[in-house]
Amino acid sequence: MIVLRLKNHSGIPLEADCVTPDLFQGKSLSEVGALEVLDGNRKAPLGEFFEISGEASDGRIQIQGDCSRVKWIGSGMTFGEVHVDGNAGMHSGSAMKGGKLEIHGNSSDWLGAEMRGGVIHVRGNTGHLCGAAYRGGSKGMRGGTILIEGNAGNETAAMMRRGLVGIRGNVGDFAGMGMIAGTLVVGGEVGIRTGAEMKRGTLVFLNHLPKLLPTFRYSCDYRPGFLQLYFSRLKSLGFPIPGSDSQIVWKRYCGDLLTLGLGEILVPAKAN
Amino acid sequence: MEEGKDILTIQHQGVKILDTFAEAFTVTGARLIVTAESPGWADIAGRTATGYASSVIGCDAEAGIEKVLSSEETPDGRPGVSLLFFAFSRDSLQKALVNRVGQSILTCPTTSVFNGLAIDPGQAISLGGALRFFGDGYQTSKVVDKTRYWRIPVMDGEFLCEDKIGTVKGVAGGNILIQGETQELALEAASRAVESARQVPGVILPFPGGVVRSGSKVGSKYKKLKASTNYEYCPTLRGATNSLLEPGVSAVYEIVIDGLSLEAVTQASKAALNAACIRGVLAIGAGNYGGKLGPHHIYLRNLVDNSNS
Repeated sequence: MIVLRLKNHSGIPLEADCVTPDLFQGKSLSEVGALEVLDGNRKAPLGEFFEISGEASDGRIQIQGDCSRVKWIGSGMTFGEVHVDGNAGMHSGSAMKGGKLEIHGNSSDWLGAEMRGGVIHVRGNTGHLCGAAYRGGSKGMRGGTILIEGNAGNETAAMMRRGLVGIRGNVGDFAGMGMIAGTLVVGGEVGIRTGAEMKRGTLVFLNHLPKLLPTFRYSCDYRPGFLQLYFSRLKSLGFPIPGSDSQIVWKRYCGDLLTLGLGEILVPAKAN
Repeated sequence: MEEGKDILTIQHQGVKILDTFAEAFTVTGARLIVTAESPGWADIAGRTATGYASSVIGCDAEAGIEKVLSSEETPDGRPGVSLLFFAFSRDSLQKALVNRVGQSILTCPTTSVFNGLAIDPGQAISLGGALRFFGDGYQTSKVVDKTRYWRIPVMDGEFLCEDKIGTVKGVAGGNILIQGETQELALEAASRAVESARQVPGVILPFPGGVVRSGSKVGSKYKKLKASTNYEYCPTLRGATNSLLEPGVSAVYEIVIDGLSLEAVTQASKAALNAACIRGVLAIGAGNYGGKLGPHHIYLRNLVDNSNS
């Protein structure tokens, strides 16, 4: 495992998209330290900002320190593990294709944006646009799993195409906006305009039925069998959902009828 | 060993074990996990889907219930059954599965269908992917950990069916022939054999109750028939035709075993043979075609459990 310890930093955002197992693999410590980052608009070597130790052969990276101003950690990674012992900055795990990114603090906006595979697990909160599409993009995350133990901001899973996002806490406004497919599970409260313009996909709210847009309609009370597959998957990833047994009856609302109307919002019948 | 009628025999627990072999064939097999809201509905779905599937001589597949599953053993946490299906080719198996699941499980209240074998992309067959069209455009799919499931709207909610089903090269046609002093004793031995063989994972006994009374031979005096009664084992024809029955035998029952591997079929055959050795059973043999047709030869002498002799 290679260890990066953040030195004192000016606070200017550091763009460190080189911090991935893919780019560290096969490199010596000095070569890792020479990888290029952007300190504001200035190109600089990674070693200027991090003390680097260990060795990179096992595909594991541990990052120590408050990296809330360090962007793009694990972006585009395809394998291995990145552990951040603290906060992580914007775009962490974006366009990720495989491996695991674990953040033991909070993460900022665009976490896992347009990711295609792998697992991101954040022990704290995350910012806006988690798993979403970048502005101008047509699809958000297209695969993989994002797990947030705390809260998430606005436009969570916006334009999501495939994959699974689990939020233990609350989410902000426009959750699942423009969703194409995929599944978002939320344990806490949900903001306004949920699922606006979603075509397909599933929004699962475990404890709270938000005020729905008028373009969503009640379908039925039933027991959707596929939910148990997701709950089993979440449990296997260390993200168990309390009280998620197969006997729970769920209310199903379909929408957004402004678009295809094949999306759905599922809420336990007892949560109303 | 002692000299039998025309072949060597072994005495095992007072029963003559003919020194012959069962001739089995390579087939393509699949395992489906079917779940439902209650064990009763899972059982109904399983029995219906595996009905009329005793022999590929006259059915599209050979099938049966492998095991009853508790809710802890199924992907969706509901009670279920494990079903095995066998056919001569992957194409014919896919056709049989789509028809059987479409007619007998999709239609059955509260059921879901999952794959029960490892998926090799080149060997998998499409099940949910074929049945999804019943959704008429309202079907949706979910991909959970790289596995796709189809959700098809039906009148009690949704029918959930895994997209792909894994297949393996299995073995069909393992068998023993139990020759009894009376019909009752032969059937008692056959029932014990079935019960014992069914404890072995990875096998089914596709005939009614696991027992065959109409053992067949290849061909017939009637040109249109592919198979006809094996007259050499019919007690009522003794004296009129050549007979392979031991003296004093009044009834013969055959136990046919299909499995996901030769090892599973052999183990189940062993369990069946040894369980069938009870008072009133005069001999146990096996059906074969002289070794000319099936590549798998399961010799009875290798199945005798000497620890109980």
